[in-house]
This record gives sequence, structure tokens and C-alpha cells, in this order.
Amino acid sequence: MSAASLLSALISASPGASLGGSLGAPSAWRGAAAAAVVEADISIDWVTLSPVAIVLGAAVLSTLVEAVGARRSRDGVAVQPAFLRIVQVGIALLAVAAAGLMALRLALHVDEATSLNANGAVTIDPMTLYLQLAIAACALLGLLVIADRTVQGEDAFAPQAAAVPGSDYESQARRRGMTQTDVYPLVQFATGGMMLFPAAGDLITLFVALEVLSLPLYLLSGMARHRRLLSQEASLKYFLLGAFGSAFFLFGAAWVYGATGALRLTDIAAAAALPSGLDPLLVVGLVLILVGLFFKVGAVPFHSWTPDVYQGAPTPITGFMAACTKIAAFGALLRIIYAVGPGLSWDLKPVLWTVAILTMVVGTVVGLVQKDVKRLLAYSAIAHAGFILTGVAALSSDGLSGSLFYLFTYGVATVGGFGVIALVREVDSQGHMRGEATGLDQWRGLGRRSPVLAGTFALFLLSFAGIPLTSGFVAKFAVFQAAFGAGAAALAIVGLACSAAAAFFYARVIVAMFFEPAADDQTAEFETLADGIGSAGVGIRTLGLNQIAVAMSLAFTLVLGVAPGWFLNFTRGLSQLIS
Amino acid sequence: MINNVILAASTAEGGQAAARSAWLVIAIPLISAGLLLLAGRKADKWGHLLGVAASAASFVISLWVFADLLKNGSSDINLAWWINGGFTLDFGLQIDQLSMAFVLLVTFVGTLIHIYSIAYMAHDRDRRRFFAYLNLFVAAMLLLVLANSYLVLFVGWEGVGLASYLLIGFWNQRSEYAVAAKKAFIANRVGDFGLLVAMMIMLGEFGSVSFAAVLPDAAVLSPTTLTLIGLALLLAACGKSAQFPLQSWLGDAMAGPTPVSALIHAATMVTAGVYLVVRSGPIFEGAPGARLAVLIVGAVTLLYGAIVGCAKDDMKKALAASTMSQIGYMMLAAGLGPVGAVFAIMHLLTHGFFKAGLFLGAGSVMHAMRDQVDMRRFGALGKFMKITWLTMMAGWLAILGIPPFAGFFSKDKIIEQAFVAPAGQVWQGWAFGLVAMFGAGLTAFYMSRLFFMVFQGKARWTDDQHPHESPGLMTVPMVILALGSVFGGLILTVVKFDDYLAPALVEGHHGEPVVNAYAIMAATLVLVLAGAWIAWAKFGSAKAVVPVLPPAADGLVRAARADLYQDTVNHGLFVRPGQALVAGATKTDNSVVDGAVRGLAWLFLRTGGLIARLQNGYARSYAATMLAGVILLVAIVLAGRI
Repeated sequence: MSAASLLSALISASPGASLGGSLGAPSAWRGAAAAAVVEADISIDWVTLSPVAIVLGAAVLSTLVEAVGARRSRDGVAVQPAFLRIVQVGIALLAVAAAGLMALRLALHVDEATSLNANGAVTIDPMTLYLQLAIAACALLGLLVIADRTVQGEDAFAPQAAAVPGSDYESQARRRGMTQTDVYPLVQFATGGMMLFPAAGDLITLFVALEVLSLPLYLLSGMARHRRLLSQEASLKYFLLGAFGSAFFLFGAAWVYGATGALRLTDIAAAAALPSGLDPLLVVGLVLILVGLFFKVGAVPFHSWTPDVYQGAPTPITGFMAACTKIAAFGALLRIIYAVGPGLSWDLKPVLWTVAILTMVVGTVVGLVQKDVKRLLAYSAIAHAGFILTGVAALSSDGLSGSLFYLFTYGVATVGGFGVIALVREVDSQGHMRGEATGLDQWRGLGRRSPVLAGTFALFLLSFAGIPLTSGFVAKFAVFQAAFGAGAAALAIVGLACSAAAAFFYARVIVAMFFEPAADDQTAEFETLADGIGSAGVGIRTLGLNQIAVAMSLAFTLVLGVAPGWFLNFTRGLSQLIS
Repeated sequence: MINNVILAASTAEGGQAAARSAWLVIAIPLISAGLLLLAGRKADKWGHLLGVAASAASFVISLWVFADLLKNGSSDINLAWWINGGFTLDFGLQIDQLSMAFVLLVTFVGTLIHIYSIAYMAHDRDRRRFFAYLNLFVAAMLLLVLANSYLVLFVGWEGVGLASYLLIGFWNQRSEYAVAAKKAFIANRVGDFGLLVAMMIMLGEFGSVSFAAVLPDAAVLSPTTLTLIGLALLLAACGKSAQFPLQSWLGDAMAGPTPVSALIHAATMVTAGVYLVVRSGPIFEGAPGARLAVLIVGAVTLLYGAIVGCAKDDMKKALAASTMSQIGYMMLAAGLGPVGAVFAIMHLLTHGFFKAGLFLGAGSVMHAMRDQVDMRRFGALGKFMKITWLTMMAGWLAILGIPPFAGFFSKDKIIEQAFVAPAGQVWQGWAFGLVAMFGAGLTAFYMSRLFFMVFQGKARWTDDQHPHESPGLMTVPMVILALGSVFGGLILTVVKFDDYLAPALVEGHHGEPVVNAYAIMAATLVLVLAGAWIAWAKFGSAKAVVPVLPPAADGLVRAARADLYQDTVNHGLFVRPGQALVAGATKTDNSVVDGAVRGLAWLFLRTGGLIARLQNGYARSYAATMLAGVILLVAIVLAGRI
């Protein structure tokens, strides 16, 4: 805890102004909802707000370091002092760890922590703290993967993301061993937004948090070192569609405001409980807000961006956002549905059912035909969003705790899974390492070339498939059982059928890794491989941060598969919202 | 899953530190096995040392736990609950007199055999892998006996099956060894099916498979249900313990390295079936039919093994037949109820020592004779291998049941108990008693035959043999096991093993045998001596001539040489119809089921392909999909309003 308190002291000492800026929620809220509530001034409980404040404050600090640290040489190419990267990584890791520890501390004393903070703009309740802990944990693992680089000093990011792919400027930057250290402040901003997202107590905070988490991710998606065009395309698509989704969200917020005259969730819930002629307006508004959130979790039919972005983004970023965005967005979804929804559950149920079933079926069915490991995991992520939605749609306390448990375990396994993918690279005939070997063909025989790596990935896949003795099984059991218990048996049955079908594509990767001959450069078989696919993938040597993250998430996955009881109790204890 | 049951690390009877550390007994060899397998060739230099250390550490901790058990009594430790919703599945350990007796046997004999293997496997380039599997076996076996529920037991049960498979096929470059491994695995799977059925019935009836939930309340079930569970458990026990009719795999299992035969296929794993029956005592108490089935299986197997043992010329296969027969004795005793169960476990312990000793001795002989196993090619080895000769003599006298060697105290009691008849069923006492007694005579014959053919008589070696004593790493474990074979039974009797074990068993009442106990003892000894004398006359004395090729013989001997045609019977009864069934099923599967499945898969893949086509990479079409989705959802919600 000393690190946490030290850091929070540091932060509260320095960038007060920037905090106000980034936590634009209160002031914006004041402007928008002044008619609803008259406030003399804002009371902020910094202690309970600290997980978010630490990360955002550190992000600002990182930005300053970035601004001061980089120097420009005469020919216009930036020159970085060697310590810059270390400083940035250090700040990011420390900040996220401190935020996580703070969230854990608050979660352990949850009775004292629970509050409506910043005049209701931020809701600190057990669920918030649990989700903040989950996000911080996954972000910490994700950061380890992001910060890792090969023994040759290459990380996953373009040396200069602004350079035109293939240009002289880019090759110069590469020759000089430049690295894009802006990644770290961006990740911290995103993490801060994610931690605020499920805590939002009114629609404006919710929207601001949504943008704070989204904008850095759009940028980060476009920064891949290899296959840069694919990466930039992914980034642009993500941005365009994200803006589209945000527009629906805002539109919905306007309708809700129109129907209830309120932006604060508790007020909306109170208004929703009273029948009025404006109900359809309110319901449609809520559905539009949900659409914005469905987009973020990657639920069908708002999922189209997922495969393209997951594939194009730098793999460590994919892992980070697949885990953390999902947790954050589902957190917000749960808050909307469980805080506002109870009065409207009759209306929301068919919506949730439709989306859940569509998501599970499409994620599974399309996953069956994928030939790229990253895309495969993207569809897997879609299917998993569907499984979590069955827990959400149960609309019961079991459903809530089941979904929360699922989110945590899935998030951790996802960071680990993408961490492994980041380690499997192509090597050309001269022995030079190239980009990630994501083609399923290239993974054939990996079990022989890198048994530990392949075995680890196999365990993650088994967890995704929901095989007993992995956390994935327990999580699936929890949500499906909640669905059965809450009269959503049909949903659970679709879920079970999809799990069974999805097991096929996970098993396919395992079979490829362990039971199929390698696509060796020497063999004629290699010639017949699809165009554009290089040599067979091999595990590479790096600084070891990635391996640490993978090992930690594997341990978590297995421990919670064998002995989930304590963690289920922990989750259950924190499965409450203020309403 | 959602009711708030917190069971984590709670103990039923006090929270002793030692008992709570009992999981280490399992974890240490398991971790060591994992390390050895993951480390690969890098660990070749020190792998065997780590393996021995892990097993020894396990033994030391189990001593600690055992001392704690003696002081504080048994405990049931729930380490974690796994699933809890409508039914409960926990992960926990049960430390009681029965489980600890096994734990000490497994870790002690296991450690000795680990040490022996250092020398025995010294020239094998995969020695590290061998030790990894041995450690895996030890961990799984300990999990099996320490489990506090049938489910955890099943995990261990499968684990030992896996280890056994891996070790029988350790030299899988020889295809007949690989086939033997598969045979063992498949026969075991048949048994596992029984255990699964038993667990499903228990889950249905009790909503739990833990011993604490099932066993004390077993009596509330109807005798029919109990008989069903009992028979299913017996099937499982038959598979694992090589009892009739699932015994055929044990002889072939001798393909594994000899230390494996000693540890897994003689001393420990094959006795797991006996453990299962004894542990499930309350179930069999309420199901006389199932108990009778256990008795019959035990009696048939003990004779079967003995008859086969008389005709085998392969030293290891003769010992395997003997193992089968001795476990038949244990099974018979376990079927006799709580009083018999005590002697079943006692015989299991003494047998663990003398049979492991005999197998290690056999390994030592093979070591000296260039892996020769044909006893017709041995003879006169006693002069060249004094230590092996003496240690095997101890094992031989122990298995014969000559007082005061170990087997006397356990086997004689089983024979005596077999003569005890339940009320109104005097025929049972006579039938099982006489079978057990006759079996003792046969045992004396074939074990003496083995001992004399190997160590006495004239040398019938193939050319170029230079027998020599084995190194100390091999002889020291043999000597220790021999000491156990000499004194084990006496010690167990002096420390009143039956009183020690009683708390772990259901209460039983001592019955009187149908004839005087001393008369039984005397008659048994006479039979044993007669059997040994015949063997001496035919194979041991100076005049005896042992042909180096098996002579022509009558039908029974030919049958016994061929395992009483068990493989042929299996082939005709199960394999052929099975293959026909499989062929038929395959055909149906290919045309009907697969047609449907392929159709479905085709449908799925086509659908997948079609939807994937929507994934065309254009942001505009993605946005259109989203818009369609919005319209759909709004329509749904408005439709609900109207």
C-alpha cells in the first residue's frame, strides 16, 4: 500500500488542474443537468475516487514526460533518451498497480467505501470496486505484454506511428531504434476511462468515460509495427464505427432526458418506475444507449468491427482491449440494466434475448470458418460476449455475480491468450524475425517447436471452450445456471449448444499445434500455403515481461478452475449496486 | 452454486496443522513430475535425483501426518469447493486410518523402488522421463487413496491408469509393448465405466459423491439401488485390480520395466480395487447380492491366477499371475465384511512388501541374465547372486505363508475368515474356505517352482551368460523389502493392526468358522508344504530335470499356459461382436448419423461462410449492419409496447 499512498500523494500534489480537465464529468454534468439538480458546489471523496484518479493523473504525468523527454535532432527525426521508455513503463505499471491495490483495499472495506461520489456523477459501490479491480488486474497484465520487446529491442509498435508505411522516414526511424513511447500514456488514459465507465452515475459521465476509453484505443489500434496498412485500416474503421456507435448512445441519452428530464441514473430509475405517457420514448432511448454499449462489448449485430480491429491492432493492444474494454463495457451495461432496468425489464428482456442469441450463434458459427488465429479469437470474443449476456439477461442476482465472475476470468485468460500470440513469430529463411505468425497453417506443429508456449495456449483455449478444471468452465457454469434459475432456460440451452460447437474451433487449433505436421520451409507443402503467409511460427525470445504476464494469467485460470470457491464468494460479496 | 456455503479449508474434527499440510504429500511428486517433463533433456543429469527426493519428501510428510493421525484422530479436509448448485462437488482429502495405511505403503515402497530404478534404468537414455512418470504415478495414487469423495478418487483413479499406461508402454518402440499398454488402458476403461455409473447413481440419490455424504447414509437407499451401486463399484475394482473377468491385461502389463511391475502392477495400483471395496463397505453391507458377487470374483480369481501361475515359464508373468491370485484373496476377504476387510488390508500391506521384493528380485535376475525372463533358461543362480537369492527366499517364504513370515499372519487369517459362513448359509463357509485353502496349496507349488527353477538345480543358461550380483542401489531396497517380508506380518499383529484400522471401517461382528480354526491352520500348512515338496521334487532337487523347452502337456496345462484362453474368450465374446458392432455402427454412423452431422456441419459452415461474407471489410456495410440492428431492436421493443 505504501506505493499506492505515495503515488496518490504525488498526484494530488501536482496536477490538480488536469484532473479537473480529464474528470470533465462533474462540470459537464453541471452544465447539462443544472435544471434537474441545483448544487452549490461539488463534494468529492478523493479516497474512493482514487483508483480512477491515480491512473488518469499518472496518464497526465506520462504525457508531460513524453513532451519533455523527446528531443528533436536537426534532420527532424525525434531522438529519444534511452531512459524514456523505462520511465514511461515504470509510471504506467506503478499507476495501474496502485489503482488496483486501492480498488482492492476499498473492496475489502466495501461498507465504508460505498458512496455516491462527486454529487452522484460517480457511483462507488461494490460492483464498481470489483470491476475496477478486474480492469486494473487485466490492464496490469496487458501492460506487461505491451512493454515487452524482443531481445533485438523491437516492441509491437511502429517506430514512428505517424510515418507513412514504407516511407524513408519510417525506415530511418527504424534504423535509429525509435520507439513510440506515447503508447504508455494512451494506455493509461484508456484504463482510466475504463475504470470510470462502470462507475458512472449519470449519462454524461458515462459518455465522457466512453470517449476517454475509446479515443486512445482508436489510436493504439493503428500503431502495429508489422502489417501497418492493416493496422491503420483497423484504426480508421474502429474510429468511424465507434463514432457511429457513440452517436446512437448520445441520441438515446437525449431521448431518455426528454422522457424523464433526468440524466442521473437513480433519477431515471425513479422516473421509469412511474408509468407515464412518455414510456415508449424512454424505452427507445434506453435501447439506443444499450446499442452504444453493445457496440463496445462486440455484441451482434454491432460486432462487425471486432474481427478487423482485433486482427489489425498490435497484438498486445488487442489483448488489452479485448479484456479491459469488455469488462468496462459490460460493467456499464450491467449498471444501466440493473440500476435503471428493473422497472422496464419486461421491455428489455426481448432485446437482451435477441442480442444474446444472435451474438452466441454468429460468434460461434463464423468462428468455425476462420483461418487466422487472431480473427478466431475475435469471434471467440464475440461468442463469449453472448455467453456473458445470458448471465446479464437472467436479470437476477445470480446472473449479476455470474457475469462478473465470467468477466474477470475471461479477461485474464484473454490477455494471456493474446500474449502467447504476440510471442509466436514468423522467421524468414535468413533467420530474421518478422511479424506475428497468425495464420492457422503457421501454427501447425508448434507443439513440437515450442512445446511450453503451445501447451500454455492450449490451456487458454480449453478455458475458452469451458473444459472443467479451467476457470472458463466455472464461469460458463455460473452464467448458464443463473439463466436456468431465472427462467431463461432457452437462452442457456442455446448457450450450451454454442459452447459445444465452439469447442470445435478451439480444438482445431490444438490439433493443428500438436497433431499436424509442421509447415516446414523445406517441404513442398509449404509452397501450397495460402498467399502472403510466410514461414511457420516459432516462439521468440523477449525480455520476459510477456512470459510473466502469460504465466500469471495461466496460474489464475488454472487455480480458479480447480478451486474457484473463494473467488466466487468474493465476487458474490461484491455483486451489489446502489440503486 | 449461488447459496453461500463456505467450506474452504474447514476441518471436520479439529484443525491439525499436519493434516492440513497433507495435500503436500500429493503436490510434491506431482510438481516434480511436471518439472521433469517440462525441463526436457536439460534435466537428464539430475532428473532421477529429483524424482527420488520428491518421493522421499512425500514419505517424510506422510510420517508426520501419520503421527498426527495417531494423536488427534482422523480428519476430513475440504480444500476447495468446486461446484455447488443443486449438487455439490468438492475437492478434499480424508485422513483416516485406512487412507494413511495406504499412503505409508505407497510412499515407502515407492521411494525404495525409485532408488532401485536409479541403477536399474541407468543405461536408458529416457531415465528422466521414467522418473517423471513414476512421480506422476505416486501423486495420482496418493490422490486416489486420500480423496474424500468418489470424484476426487476418480481423478486419482484415472491418473494411475494414465501412469500405468505410460509406463507399460515405456519402451513403446516395440510395438507389442505398445499393444500391451493399450490393452491395459482399455480393460481399465471398462472398469472406469462402472465407477462412473456408481457416481451417477450416487449423485442422483444424494446430490453428492463425497464419502461423508454417501457412506453414513447408505442404508437409507433400497437394497436394489445399493446392489446396483455395489456391482458398478465391483466392475471398477475388477478393472483396476485385474480381477476376473477383467484380468487379462495384467500379464501383458509386464512389458513395462520391472520396477514398474513391482510398484504399480504388484504393490500399489492393482490393490486400488480392494481399497475401493473396503472404503465402500457401508454400501456392500446393505447389498448382500453385491457382496456375494465380490466373494465369487475373489474366489474365482484366486484360483484362476494360481492355475495360470503353475504353467508360466516367463518369470514375470508367473509373478503377475501370482499377484492376480493374491489380490483375489484380498477381494475375497473384502467381500467377507468388516472383519475380513481388516485382513484384506493387512494382506495388502504384507503383499505390498513381499511382492515388491519378489519383483525387484526378478529385476535383479534379469539384470544379471541380460533381460532373460524364461525360467527354463535359469537355474543354479543362488550361488552367483547371494543377496538376490536370500531376499527372494524371504519373499517366497512370505507368500507361501510359512510362519513367522509376513504372509502367514495375513493370508492364514483370510482363509480362516473365509470359512466363516453367514447365518443359514453354511455352504458359503465351506465353498469359499476350501477354495482359499486349495489356492494356498497351489500358490506354494507355483511359487516354489519359480524359486527352484531360478535359483536351484542345474544351470540351463543360454551361451554367453555371466550372472553377477546387482549394484548396491538395487540390493539395498531389496534387503529392506525382504526385512518387511520377514517381520511385516509379525509387527502388524503385535501392534494390533485390526484395532488401529477399526475406526475407519463399519462395525463388524466376529463369526466362528465352520470348523476349528487350528484345524484350518494345520490343514493349510500341510497343503502348502505338500505343494512346495512337489515343486522341489520336480524342479529343485538334484535329480530333477527341467527341459529347456516346455514339454508337451495335457489340456489343463496347455490352457494355463494360454491364460486359460482368456484372450480367446475375450476375442470371441467381446472383440469380435464388438468389432462387428463397431463396423455396423460405423456404417450407420457414416451414412445416417454423419449424414445428418455433415449436413449440419455443412449448414453451419455455409452459414458461417455466408455471414462471413457480410464481413467484407467495408466500413459502410458494417455501419449498415449496425443500423439494421438498431432498427430491429427498436422494432422489437416497440412491438412489445403495442
